[in-house]
Amino acid sequence: MTKNALALLAATATLALGACAKKAPEQLPPAPVETGTAPTETPTDSVSGPGTQEHFATAVGAPNTTVYFDTDMYDIDAEDAAKLQTQARYFAQYSNVNFTVEGHADERGTREYNLALGERRANAAKNYLVSLGIPAERIRTVSYGKERPVALGSDEGSWAQNRRAATVVID
Amino acid sequence: MTNPSTPVRPEEPKLRAEGVSKGLWHHARALRDALGFPPRLLGANGVVWVLALIAAPLAAQNQDLGQRPPPEGAVVETEEEGLSGSVSFEGNLEDLGIAIPAFATDRDAATPANTGGTGALGVELARVITGDLRNNGLFKPTGPDSLPRPAYAEIAAPNYPTWGNRGADMLVQGYVRAQGDGRLAVGCYLYDTKLNTQLARQGWLVGASEWRRAAHKCADLVYSRLSGESPFFDSRIAYIAETGPKNARIKRLAIMDSDGANHRFITSGRATALTPRYSPDYKRLSYLSYVDGNPRIYVYDIGTGRQTLVTQSRNPTFAPRWSPDGRYLLYSMAVAGNTDIYRVPASGGQSTRLTNGPGIDIGGSYSPDGSRIVFESDRSGAQQCYVMDADGGNQRRISFGGGRCATPEWSPRGDQIAFTRIAGDFNVAVMSPSGQNVRALTNGWQDEAPTWAPNGRIIQFFRSSRGARGDAQLWQVDLTGRNERRLNTPVGASDPAWGPILP
Repeated sequence: MTKNALALLAATATLALGACAKKAPEQLPPAPVETGTAPTETPTDSVSGPGTQEHFATAVGAPNTTVYFDTDMYDIDAEDAAKLQTQARYFAQYSNVNFTVEGHADERGTREYNLALGERRANAAKNYLVSLGIPAERIRTVSYGKERPVALGSDEGSWAQNRRAATVVID
Repeated sequence: MTNPSTPVRPEEPKLRAEGVSKGLWHHARALRDALGFPPRLLGANGVVWVLALIAAPLAAQNQDLGQRPPPEGAVVETEEEGLSGSVSFEGNLEDLGIAIPAFATDRDAATPANTGGTGALGVELARVITGDLRNNGLFKPTGPDSLPRPAYAEIAAPNYPTWGNRGADMLVQGYVRAQGDGRLAVGCYLYDTKLNTQLARQGWLVGASEWRRAAHKCADLVYSRLSGESPFFDSRIAYIAETGPKNARIKRLAIMDSDGANHRFITSGRATALTPRYSPDYKRLSYLSYVDGNPRIYVYDIGTGRQTLVTQSRNPTFAPRWSPDGRYLLYSMAVAGNTDIYRVPASGGQSTRLTNGPGIDIGGSYSPDGSRIVFESDRSGAQQCYVMDADGGNQRRISFGGGRCATPEWSPRGDQIAFTRIAGDFNVAVMSPSGQNVRALTNGWQDEAPTWAPNGRIIQFFRSSRGARGDAQLWQVDLTGRNERRLNTPVGASDPAWGPILP
């Protein structure tokens, strides 16, 4: 299977979950193994294998690796839930892959508070993944507060990109 | 850096200066090693002060004043002069003309403190004092580079008309002498050139590598005598040095003297370091490091270089704070995403949880008597400041003004709490311990994390610039909000933490 095919599969899986994603988080989760089609392992020369960030991002689609939050908030909304469900299917499929959820904040908070806020956001994403059946022991969380922005501007658009919980698979 | 340790105890003077009874700090080795004192000083004043005691003519009767020498590097202090005379000047301090000519030396001796010997060092001492007094914003002193240099014999008996004619209201003179043991004796005198009187004098024995401390002590003496405030120059600052682009910034733990001198990087920058705090005795630094990939608080022993985790836990820990007596550390720990404040003995042992709720409770700053803690919590829905008893009891919100309240720091004087006020922009503000009389002192885009000078009159903080550059610099402001200036650091800087007066 090619990179494109994997991405398509992931996109289809996300679409299939659209209905679920509109529900409030506490009414979830559907068991990930019962929903949709999980990506299958088809190593090729051009794609890194399971356990790499490249494989994970390709399989779930890069936009689905990161969830975003409103200012000072850490709740998992419908859009976040859909992304995390996609992630959960991947991690259910590759049950030997451990991973990290990195929590971040924008620069409009004080340094220490933002460290705690990033930890809170990482745990919100983790807890949702655990509720979908991913064992907590496989999920590490780390907060970078406002220390690792992805968008460098000092404007609402940049801050929105920086208020995030990013799931990463470390080789 | 040497570690000044046990201070030498004051001893009752065996000799009386004119009408003045004061404690003296001295020791036998200083007496033995001391060189002669200018005869004129003795002739004019009889006995002047501690270093006059070591004048050759009096050596015999000084022998029984001996005490054990202090550890190497220790600063031996005279007790502050007990004179209570008035100052002639009654205008604004900033209009006060203060002349600070080069310190004199009895003979130009070699010293590790300056390749030019004690003569050149005397100029440097006066420059450091001038810089201290100028930079706090209260004074406009004139330094040694544009002043005549008084002779050694004039130090304790100034030529008043000369200085008065130059427009100086106050005169700071001093001397530096190389001791036989490699240390330096530094004397500092403050004169009122209108009243023709001496207002204060003090002397210190310092290791050559710590000569700047004698200058800071002298600046502290002048500042205290003229302003009525407690000293603060002889102190250090820990902070985070920042280099590199905004999205991959290298953050290193660094320390420096209050005037930026003796700068030293403590960490290499491989792991991000944040939020340092000096222990009250300056022997340890607590700070956050990502050295194992997770944000955790470590306690770094400056003497041994040894570093220990504040608590043996896999949970992330943030925001270290020392108790005023150095016996306890506060830290904040996130458990399953929820952050609360804990206290642990600085020597290690069992942690005590002080807050317990679903909100983020973080930071904490002790009142000077150690009985209460001001901290930050978002339990109301947004960051606000709260006070609790030192055991965690009696928690109550104190900030009710507009905006949010973050990073509260209790003044060493106890009368104010400084905090980051978030109301659109970040400003440094102060309020009373009950949350009254909120005053914003700064007006930057993002001014964050205030830290108090040892005397509670000046606040340092870091100011970040907007946009992709987004660099940070250290700034300071006094309680009037008028005297604001940037501190010079080798690279970008954040998270200043001002320690107390050096022991």
